[in-house]
Amino acid sequence: MKLITAIIKPFKADDVREALSELGVSGMTLTEVKGFGRQKGHTELYRGAEYVIDFLPKVKLEIAVSDELSDQVIEAICTAANSGQIGDGKIFVSNLEQTIRIRTGETGNDAL
Amino acid sequence: MITSILRPKYFATALLLLLPSAASAQDVLNGANTAWILTSTALVLFMTLPGLALFYGGLVRTRNVLSVLMQCFSIAIVVSILWLVVGYSIAFGPSESAYWGGLSKMMFNGVVVDSLSNDIPETVFASFQMTFAIITPALIVGAFAERIKFSSMLLFSALWTLIVYFPVANWVWGGGWLGQMGLIDFAGGTVVHITAGIGALVFAFVIGQREGFLTAPIMPHNLTMSFTGAGMLWVGWFGFNAGSALAADGSAGMAMFVTHISAATGALTWMAIEWIKFGKPSGLGAITGMVAGLATITPASGSVGPAGALLVGLSGGIVCYYATVYLKQKIKIDDSLDVFPVHGVGGIVGTLLAGILVSGELGIFSGNGLAQDMTMGSQVMVQIIGILSVAAYTGILTFIILKVVGAVTSGIRVTQEEEQMGLDITDHDERGYSL
Repeated sequence: MKLITAIIKPFKADDVREALSELGVSGMTLTEVKGFGRQKGHTELYRGAEYVIDFLPKVKLEIAVSDELSDQVIEAICTAANSGQIGDGKIFVSNLEQTIRIRTGETGNDAL
Repeated sequence: MITSILRPKYFATALLLLLPSAASAQDVLNGANTAWILTSTALVLFMTLPGLALFYGGLVRTRNVLSVLMQCFSIAIVVSILWLVVGYSIAFGPSESAYWGGLSKMMFNGVVVDSLSNDIPETVFASFQMTFAIITPALIVGAFAERIKFSSMLLFSALWTLIVYFPVANWVWGGGWLGQMGLIDFAGGTVVHITAGIGALVFAFVIGQREGFLTAPIMPHNLTMSFTGAGMLWVGWFGFNAGSALAADGSAGMAMFVTHISAATGALTWMAIEWIKFGKPSGLGAITGMVAGLATITPASGSVGPAGALLVGLSGGIVCYYATVYLKQKIKIDDSLDVFPVHGVGGIVGTLLAGILVSGELGIFSGNGLAQDMTMGSQVMVQIIGILSVAAYTGILTFIILKVVGAVTSGIRVTQEEEQMGLDITDHDERGYSL
């Protein structure tokens, strides 16, 4: 199993969710986060005072998937979250040791 | 009909009207005027609660939102009591002195249901004026926001209103020396905005900059809230300025219209400057320009015409914008929510312009006309004397009061740690939001 963590632009979250649903991904977790990468921040002006805002709002999606599905999921996120602009985000993939469905006690792929 | 005319109250009124020497027409209650000043009183209180409180509350950081709301609210409470006890008497008492009204109306002594102030009930006049006394110290909240001790804030506001606001209100509106001199200040350019503005400047200077001023981003936490408050201020200002006619008449109507035009022009001007300088007009800029336009028209709202109001709003927008940037970025005084550059400077500009645009000989820009014994030069001279004397008195007294308050409450400022934690927790053990 893999845990796929995607940091994307907030307005792309719905597109990504739809693309993943079509692949049969049945659940995910979304967190509103702030961060910066190569895009850096932007400036805001308040009554003539200029502030550089380093941390920009992003959305973090966490998706646990079976090994077989992971490549398709990654590809779907890349396509759906791509705006061609700097700041589209990143995807981190890590191995997932175990998954347990709390209600039934099912484990592994059955719990996904 | 006949029976109603014969009711004792109407009968007495009719009798009074028939007795030419017993009473002048002014001693008879005018229902229309009374209704309008009752309405205006509510409008002006609405400017502070919740208008100004929301406007300021949105401009501070999340951790201080409640403290600012509490400061505005508490000032309203304390000043109201103070107004009952001595304020009304000092500001509008019948004393012969040109400097204060005396103490004969302490605790509203002699003010009863039937007491009249010209042709409206004295209670209505006094309540209307009370709402001005409330908003003036509340405006100063913007100077010390995010770092003041609550106890110091409360003591300062009480003393400042007592020693600065009440006497100045007497000088200008209560029959005192500036009013006698012919100073044009229809609704409080000197009494409200210059006192609050200078008070704020001195306060900001004495209390010092907020932690991280100009080095860390200190940004408004909720501009939606500020917009809501700003809208309430604009609407409430109709009561402030048009109510200052103390009658439901043409003067009130003109005051309302010129107030509105100046607010719109001030907002547009500020937006335009930002648009030209930075490429985008900001929401905060628009509402700040609106307040600048309103503060600037305040003293002039009883004397300028509609086209004159356009010039007033334009001047207020331009001068207040540059004053704001200059004070914060260049002189680096942390008047946190820009009370002096917007209200103080706006009040000064408006008080000056009132002396010019009152003239009836400016073509389309004509106002209501100079007083008979005044020329434009002599009127402007009086306006300058008014501005300088009120500013000097306010500046010196604010400084002294702050020293006294600092001694009594062992320092007016919270500790660095408390400031970082935020005043909501530090001063009130509460949080504005639990989201």
